[in-house]
Amino acid sequence: MASGLRILVPIKRVIDYAVKPRINKAQTGVETAGVKHSLNPFDELSVEEAVSLRERESKGKSPMKVENILALSAGGAKCGDTLRTAMAMGADRAFHIDVPESNDGGLEPLTVAKMLKEVVKKENINLVLLGKQAIDGDQGQTGQMLAGLLGWPQATQASKVDVKDDKGMIEVTHEVDGGIETLRTQLPMVITTDLRLNEPRYATLPNIMKAKKKPLQKMTLADLGVEDKRRLKTLKVTEPPARQGGGKVEDVDGLVSKLKELGAL
Amino acid sequence: MNPIARHSALRAVRSQLRPRAFNQPAASALARLLSTLAVLEQRDGRLQNSSLSAIAAAQKLGGPVTAFVAGSNVKGTSAVEAAKIKGVEKVVSVDSDAYEKGLAENYAPLLVENIKKGEYTHIVGGHTAFGKSLLPRVAALLDVQQISDITGIESEDTFVRPIYAGNAILTVQSSDTTKVITVRGTAFQGVETEGGSAEIVEGVDPQAPVQTEWVSEELAKSERPDLGTASRVVSGGRGLKSKEEFDRIMVPLADTLGAAIGASRAAVDSGFADNSLQVGQTGKNVAPQLYLCAGISGAIQHLAGMKDSKVIAAINKDPDAPIFQVADVGLVGDLFEKVPELTEKLKSQA
Repeated sequence: MASGLRILVPIKRVIDYAVKPRINKAQTGVETAGVKHSLNPFDELSVEEAVSLRERESKGKSPMKVENILALSAGGAKCGDTLRTAMAMGADRAFHIDVPESNDGGLEPLTVAKMLKEVVKKENINLVLLGKQAIDGDQGQTGQMLAGLLGWPQATQASKVDVKDDKGMIEVTHEVDGGIETLRTQLPMVITTDLRLNEPRYATLPNIMKAKKKPLQKMTLADLGVEDKRRLKTLKVTEPPARQGGGKVEDVDGLVSKLKELGAL
Repeated sequence: MNPIARHSALRAVRSQLRPRAFNQPAASALARLLSTLAVLEQRDGRLQNSSLSAIAAAQKLGGPVTAFVAGSNVKGTSAVEAAKIKGVEKVVSVDSDAYEKGLAENYAPLLVENIKKGEYTHIVGGHTAFGKSLLPRVAALLDVQQISDITGIESEDTFVRPIYAGNAILTVQSSDTTKVITVRGTAFQGVETEGGSAEIVEGVDPQAPVQTEWVSEELAKSERPDLGTASRVVSGGRGLKSKEEFDRIMVPLADTLGAAIGASRAAVDSGFADNSLQVGQTGKNVAPQLYLCAGISGAIQHLAGMKDSKVIAAINKDPDAPIFQVADVGLVGDLFEKVPELTEKLKSQA
């Protein structure tokens, strides 16, 4: 059906993976002000995969041309930076859905999925590549919800994506408990990425400069006819019970006797 | 007023109020209407461990528990197994090869039809590859916001779940009429697999088209206990240096302890161990009696997957490794010497 791949890559700006999050005093969320943010690591993988599908085609290793790659992010003004990063990696254009900043993790996945569905229809997308989860909310739902709403096939936790022919047959190897599984389906489809899918590239300085000229379109949820309806209410956010290190022992005998004392052996 | 008269007056008022007082509070009224569907995971006719966690969580919710299972000839196999689980009232089963692989495209509409027919208030499944792929799709089809990977149930609409790789604990209240939930296996245990006598009934089969073709699978074969539910786990990291060393050092220790083997992301990425053995935010969550790790520094993402272990022991040559801050017992030293020594000493004591 499809002559080429029109890829949507939804991305999220999250607290950097190396930062230990701190809970705010009111226990309503995690402190985000003045904290280093970056592109959600799993979304980096989906941008990379989209760009690499284009490169594979130009090297004759993939039978379908990538017509365009649209990056999209919903959130406050700083999402613009995240979208520029995606464009510096190779996305062609970007949509920024302007949603006021909040400390409760942003839009709920169901709302994001509804929003993405509208964009998919509007932009005639035939492949959506998403991260398997955002490392802030750790929910892992959006891709599957989107596939459900669109009635499209899905492959979650992909570790390998292969375009098999020019008619849009896709084979995806994905991680399941205890190993891997391979699925085959026809475009259009939704794929979520796992860590083993690829090694994301670094954006080079010339590409960062070029990305500044790429089109970034701002819009709102209302423009897409989607309502920010919250079904989950945060009652509180607390510290996990702290674990006290039990100290060190001198040698292996000490280790064994301590483990016996703790009842672990 | 004398105390006795006051007492009886109060009782009179109470007895008048009682019938209404019982109906009015939202929680108790809902608790009586609450009914849960536990989505079971099966493979080749055998229930998977996540199924028991789903049932454990369903029992905790308090209402009647119905179990759902679908796949090739499940009626004579996993449905029978499910019917014996204590606390399950009914097993809804659908026999069809189309559902054997649990592909979300046709399994989700199947589940939705059965949810609608049974009018369940809560849908619970394990937070495993199967549940993670299937239930968000089901939630979207029902137009509800799923609650993922819960570790606690506070009430019929309030749940506890870790966020930010377990660095924060979120208590969240759902306003959806149907709650779709995935549960963390290590947090919901203790189901009795014998003693139940649920009736097995036929589910509805909407026969939604299969959009995805299942091609193949490669599962790591192992005689060891399942990583997710093992009571002991030994885990290796980057410090093991190669797959050969990983196998040479960690396998005998695991054998001696009867433990499952886990690994850090660094070890998996470097090819020392299979992907499915990764412990952490993006891998498996484990909470064994003993988690013994060697050559693992203890990054946030790794701690997310193991810090609920009963006892944590760490061997690492870097005295400042973050793992020592959570380990109940730490040994600073070269794992290539210490682990084999430990293995020998444990063997001689056995």
